[in-house]
Amino acid sequence: MRKILELQNLKKYYATQKAVDDISFSIDEGSIFGLLGPNGAGKTTLLRMITGIFFPDSGSIRFDGKAFDPLNDIIKIGYMPEERGLYKKMKIGEQALYLAQLKGLSRSDAMEKVRFWFKRLEMESWWNKKVEDLSKGMSQKLQFVTTVLHEPKLIILDEPFSGLDPVNANLIKDEIYGLAQRGSTVIFSTHRMEQVEEICDHIVLVNMGKKILDGTVGDVKQQFKENKFRVNLKELPASVNGPSFELVEQKANTLIVRIKDGYRSNDVLQHFLQQDITIEGFNEILPSLNDIFIRQVEGTRSTARAFQPAI
Amino acid sequence: MNKILLIIKREYLSRVRNRTFIVTTLLTPLLFAVLIGGNIFFSMQGRSKHKIAVVDENGFFKGNLKSTDELAFEFPGDVDTTNYLDRGYTDILLIPKFDGDKKTDYIIRSKKSIGFALQESIERKVNAAIEDQKLQDNGITRAQLDSIHKQSQFAELKTQQQGENGVKESSEGLATAIGYGCGILIYITMLIYGMMVMRGIMEEKTTRIAEVVISSVKPFQLMAGKIIGIGAVGITQFLLWIVLIFILITAGQAFISGETLEQVQLLQQNGGAMPGGGAMQASEAAQKMYNIQHTMGTANWPLIIGCFIFYFIGGYLFYAALFAAVGSVMEDIQASQSLTLPITLPIIFSFFIMTSAIQSPDSPLAVWASIIPFSSPIVMMARIAFGVPGTVPYWQLGASIVALIGGFMFTTWLAGKIYRTGILLYGKKVSWKEMMKWAFRRH
Repeated sequence: MRKILELQNLKKYYATQKAVDDISFSIDEGSIFGLLGPNGAGKTTLLRMITGIFFPDSGSIRFDGKAFDPLNDIIKIGYMPEERGLYKKMKIGEQALYLAQLKGLSRSDAMEKVRFWFKRLEMESWWNKKVEDLSKGMSQKLQFVTTVLHEPKLIILDEPFSGLDPVNANLIKDEIYGLAQRGSTVIFSTHRMEQVEEICDHIVLVNMGKKILDGTVGDVKQQFKENKFRVNLKELPASVNGPSFELVEQKANTLIVRIKDGYRSNDVLQHFLQQDITIEGFNEILPSLNDIFIRQVEGTRSTARAFQPAI
Repeated sequence: MNKILLIIKREYLSRVRNRTFIVTTLLTPLLFAVLIGGNIFFSMQGRSKHKIAVVDENGFFKGNLKSTDELAFEFPGDVDTTNYLDRGYTDILLIPKFDGDKKTDYIIRSKKSIGFALQESIERKVNAAIEDQKLQDNGITRAQLDSIHKQSQFAELKTQQQGENGVKESSEGLATAIGYGCGILIYITMLIYGMMVMRGIMEEKTTRIAEVVISSVKPFQLMAGKIIGIGAVGITQFLLWIVLIFILITAGQAFISGETLEQVQLLQQNGGAMPGGGAMQASEAAQKMYNIQHTMGTANWPLIIGCFIFYFIGGYLFYAALFAAVGSVMEDIQASQSLTLPITLPIIFSFFIMTSAIQSPDSPLAVWASIIPFSSPIVMMARIAFGVPGTVPYWQLGASIVALIGGFMFTTWLAGKIYRTGILLYGKKVSWKEMMKWAFRRH
């Protein structure tokens, strides 16, 4: 798979703090990539290096197969920061045109793209309105459009769904899928795990400037699974406990069991089958990303940024 | 480069199209016109007439105290302090017998207070009447007296300047006016538009648009675009004001001149004699008008306008960069006092130095302040009006220009460094000390 972005030993130290401390990973072209981490983990600094706003202290960034050249590559990147920014008093159509032109589109190209996206997301009637007249969700939509309308190869979305109602969130989600299908790569930075689980192919978890997890969503879950299974029985047997597993939780006829080392799931089934108990359901319980996230991050929550300046 | 132009265009258009800009641009000259016109109108119409009963114990004021439009002196024999109001007088003037060399007070009493100017006018008239009487007492005839007055009115002081190529007429009054005018304009520009740059940058920072834009352009481009764009707004506003003022003056002249010309003609027909107050005022106005037109010609306008444009732009760039640096670290306009003070103080000081430089344009303070770029835009303009190379030698002008160019290049560089860090920094109060650290750290 072709890599759109490769980070090698990236470091960015501030006066009092290591914001990004030796992080490496790479992103496949056309994938949806989740960059996760608690507040102050170094996500924003990392993204600012990828968008060319900051220079890394050391390490290298390769973009689209070549060394990253912020001045020229910036056109191929769309960045939507966590804190949304638009000119409040500027008319919406003009604003979208202006931001597109700043990305390097000619006025006529920009006009064409803006019209296309406004039509697509049913925003045409907004053209002469001002941002201050928009609701939060509407300005979010506008922000999304201004981020993607120059069809960048790499789209970086920092918390794109915050403040969106479910209808608009789905609309944006569909657009993200669509962009990925058309060949754009999406970096999706968030700490909302349920969205990551749903959308992302590949995730990296950072905390306190370091990478602590890297892999596909499935891999990560496998890596953190605890061999827990849910067993639904028609009736309770005389002996709920068996040699191959321990009972974690019991709720009426539903048992949650952990398989002991050296045994397989079939051994659990065997135990109940031998007692002639009807098994109505049997499935593995994989940890949610949320659980994994909390487990990995817990105890280190008091990250440095809360107390120290991030210059 | 193309992106800077885009940013300049946006900054410029978004402000020029703004309703507030249009309103203030149109209303400011109108407001001044209304103020000046109103002032003239009320001073002509609204002056309250004073009918003054004079109680004179000397007996020679009758006929010597000249009444004017607003002061009517009358000498009714049977009026005193108890009944002058009932008799229809507004004031009563009590003049006791003057006794040789002793100091004598005369009193005016009235129900309404008398303005300061009117007091002076009455005092001048009474004292002139005394002087006339004393001169006549000593054998000078009425005709001689009139001739003396006429001569002293026609005598006027003219100043000349010894230049390299001969003698030139100089006009300190005009130089003072030009100096003040230019100094105040540049002072206002630097403060108003500098603050506008600061607020604009702070808004971009707090609305987080800066982060979006900086992912497309270099921070320096965004800052420079803002400074140049707002500067262009300032120039536009000044140009519009000049055009509007010109229109208003032309309109005003068309309105006033008919009346004034008539009075001047009347004056000429009467062979220079002054029949009444109105014509007197008209002749003074005409005389002044002539003087202004004449002395305006003595100023070196191309040099003054050229220098004004240079110091106007240079001073703006110098301070706008500093304001930009401060704007980039601010998140709250209220908490910005300690940051803006080091910028506004030199501007305000320059203004005071300018007022003293107008009094003595050659003093060491004036010379140095007109070379140092912190104060040169305001102070040098005040000095240039007094003459180049008479008051301001060429080397001083050159040094000042070079220092200002160097100065704004330095402040722009400095601001660029501070801006780059400050614009993306949130939730932290920054001091000047830290800003300097960012500016001079090595990368």
